Amino acid sequence: MAMASSETERPQRARLLYLIPVAVFLTVAAALGWGLSRDASVLPSALIGKPAPDFSLPPIPGRDERGFSRADLGGRPMLVNVWASWCVPCRAEHPVLTRLAEEEGVIVNGLNYKDKPEDAMAFLTGLGDPFTYIGQDLDGRVAIEWGVYGVPETFVVDAQGIIRYKFVGPMTWQDVERKILPLIRELEREAGVAAATDRKEGAS
Amino acid sequence: MIEYGHYALVLAFVVAGLQFLLPTVGAARRDEVLVRMGSQAAWLQFALVTFAFAVLIRAHITDDFSVRNVFENSHSSKPFIYKFAGTWGNHEGSLVLWVWILALFGAGIALFGRNLPTMFAGRVLSIQGLIAFGFYAFMLFTSNAFERLDPAPLDGRGLNPILQDPGLAMHPPMLYMGYVGFSTAYAFAMAALIEGRVDPSWARWLRPWVLLAWTFLTLGIALGSWWAYYELGWGGYWFWDPVENASFMPWLAGTALLHSAIVLEKRNTLKNWTILLAILTFSLSLLGTFLVRSGVLTSVHAFANDPERGVFILLLLAVAVGGSLILYAWRAPAMQSSALFAPISREGALVLNNLLLATACATVFLGTLYPLGLEALTGDKISVGPPYYNATFVPIMVPMLLALPVGAMLAWKRGDLLGVLQRLWVAAVAALAIGLLYLGLLDWRVPLGALGVTMGVWVIVGALVELAERIQLFRIPLARSLRRLVGLPRWAVALVLAHMGVGLTVVGISVSATGQIERILVMKPGETVELAGYTVRFEGVEKVQGPNWVADRGRFTVLADGEPVLQLYSDRRFYPVEQQRTTEAGIATNPWRDLYFVLGDRSGDGWTVRLYYNPLVFWIWGGAVFMALGGFISLSDRRLRVGAPTPARAAALARA
Repeated sequence: MAMASSETERPQRARLLYLIPVAVFLTVAAALGWGLSRDASVLPSALIGKPAPDFSLPPIPGRDERGFSRADLGGRPMLVNVWASWCVPCRAEHPVLTRLAEEEGVIVNGLNYKDKPEDAMAFLTGLGDPFTYIGQDLDGRVAIEWGVYGVPETFVVDAQGIIRYKFVGPMTWQDVERKILPLIRELEREAGVAAATDRKEGAS
Repeated sequence: MIEYGHYALVLAFVVAGLQFLLPTVGAARRDEVLVRMGSQAAWLQFALVTFAFAVLIRAHITDDFSVRNVFENSHSSKPFIYKFAGTWGNHEGSLVLWVWILALFGAGIALFGRNLPTMFAGRVLSIQGLIAFGFYAFMLFTSNAFERLDPAPLDGRGLNPILQDPGLAMHPPMLYMGYVGFSTAYAFAMAALIEGRVDPSWARWLRPWVLLAWTFLTLGIALGSWWAYYELGWGGYWFWDPVENASFMPWLAGTALLHSAIVLEKRNTLKNWTILLAILTFSLSLLGTFLVRSGVLTSVHAFANDPERGVFILLLLAVAVGGSLILYAWRAPAMQSSALFAPISREGALVLNNLLLATACATVFLGTLYPLGLEALTGDKISVGPPYYNATFVPIMVPMLLALPVGAMLAWKRGDLLGVLQRLWVAAVAALAIGLLYLGLLDWRVPLGALGVTMGVWVIVGALVELAERIQLFRIPLARSLRRLVGLPRWAVALVLAHMGVGLTVVGISVSATGQIERILVMKPGETVELAGYTVRFEGVEKVQGPNWVADRGRFTVLADGEPVLQLYSDRRFYPVEQQRTTEAGIATNPWRDLYFVLGDRSGDGWTVRLYYNPLVFWIWGGAVFMALGGFISLSDRRLRVGAPTPARAAALARA
């Protein structure tokens, strides 16, 4: 029953075993190197310049009765933010969305991605609710249509309902000032809408 | 002034190069004088980088905005403590801290390693010098904290408010003491591979350094998670975020290393495995450094990214990790272990411990890097979250915790499993009773919490039983037992404390996760609500002006049996310089529960508030403190004092 410790009397072949750590490391290093070559936050989206996909999502129970569908987009530039209560960066991003909605009058719509309704509601009641429309995407189908890679992601949709920009990851206020807001203002000029101040028309 | 620091850093870079070269050349020529210069270089390097670090700190606390690093990360209105700690609250500054700690360990080895064989100590220091050399190059060429700005701006850009917390002063230094401390294990392993000799005395030299690093890493991780708990304002303490995982992986590997080194020291076996663990532990630390600073994975902790930096660290990683693993593949097969042992023995138990810890580490590793690998292969982006870790980590931890008290009581070589189990009956009964009680107390639907409680109590009581056995409690008169307790070797006390700490943390995690009570509601001033037997009265909100923020401060009174027992305040702060908001939770801690109140948005004439009752949450960090205490006590054990006893010195010389 005595067990010899691992390395006694091994044939030469066993030497190869010692190369396994090197092989594993090379694989990991290759993946890391590849990871460096891409910018994690800018991802080309096949949907940019195309109309937003057709969808219709139910509301989060307890928030309102409307939900969020394709028909709600258009008329003025808007943001569509993909979020979930379980996503830590979404919490970090949340104050930025709030400020966009409250201080800049930008309409922010939410795609609540693979979330439990009660968790989503707790998130909104706890941290505040800057969203105009929110649809609940329980199985993530609509997110696939939108080409969502992960949460959070934010799309800028223009007044014609065409996707103009996609931001991957949590936005900081600097990102907003540099990219999102200038684009929104330009799209507003294009569409001839005055910078909105009355957010959440008809919302709670 | 900053130029002096810059200059000192460049000199330290050169000295680190010499620290690598001189002992290496010396060892090749068997020239002891050259080899000894390694220690002098280590001392000199430490002095130089200490000076550079001090200069940078001075620039931060004196608001020298002509230094780019200060301008980008500080502001004159910041309180002093954050100016000081803000020195390492950014990428460049934290690297200076990194190399400073590396140099500190180098100087430590030069000081306490004087009775190591000269050649061996020289090689260890030379490896340390090489690591330092790489990091100095990284700093000087891509991430220099000592650059000037001309013209100097009037004021700085400020520091992320989430970092403006006393946690910043303590968390990174402790974490780096751990991360960087494992470089000693790496250097010892490399030196052993180069010399082609690993024996119990090697393990004895290694252990205190690993123990020191492990203890600080334990504290650092615990502090970080506690910081997240109170600062992020929603009660969570661990998110399986890539950067948290990056600190957890070296901890798991380091814990395994700590245990396998015991086997090597006592029984002269598991040589290859221990060497591999020593290399992997530090490699995982380096990987963590890479992940945080390269932007390959998105994380809440990431520093500002720059692909150039990523390439540089990847190169460092390739040289340090790839090089060491190739050396390992070349030299390790020749290392023979001889000792035999039965599977049921302390060695056997420690092998099991190592297998499980290594598996746990691999699990975290996979979860952290799988999204990247998948994206590289298929282009799909996914994220791996807590469900994965809950599903994989728990099944690994259960056998580990089950085996822990048993393994700690088994004898070396051949253990008596039945005898040990009989002695542990108290622990088994206590664990099952408390576990069942907890299950009944709560809800039958959350068995996982009860399982955790059972495991935790089993480990805690198991550790106490071991202590009782050692002092023969109740078998001999109490006074004699107490005398035995005082006379116990420190390592035995340390073992009991550290293992109890594991149990405490497990109980804390289980109970706080399943027993939390949450109330989210809109309250108007004067309204009350019930929370876990307390009555909470919301008193209202007032405006408060801080040193560099303004806040809405919500005031809560907690009443027990109608009597006010405490006041809690929760802030919603706004930092005008950084244009950011933070939430400060109001927390009242005692050993049994935390009351955790957070003020939310205004809503009509009331405010949204979140009130939590978190039972036993403090035990999570209390357990970590126990583990660290075990580490420190074990470090103070005579047997590990590398510098002290002459017999050991003679023995070391005899072997050399």
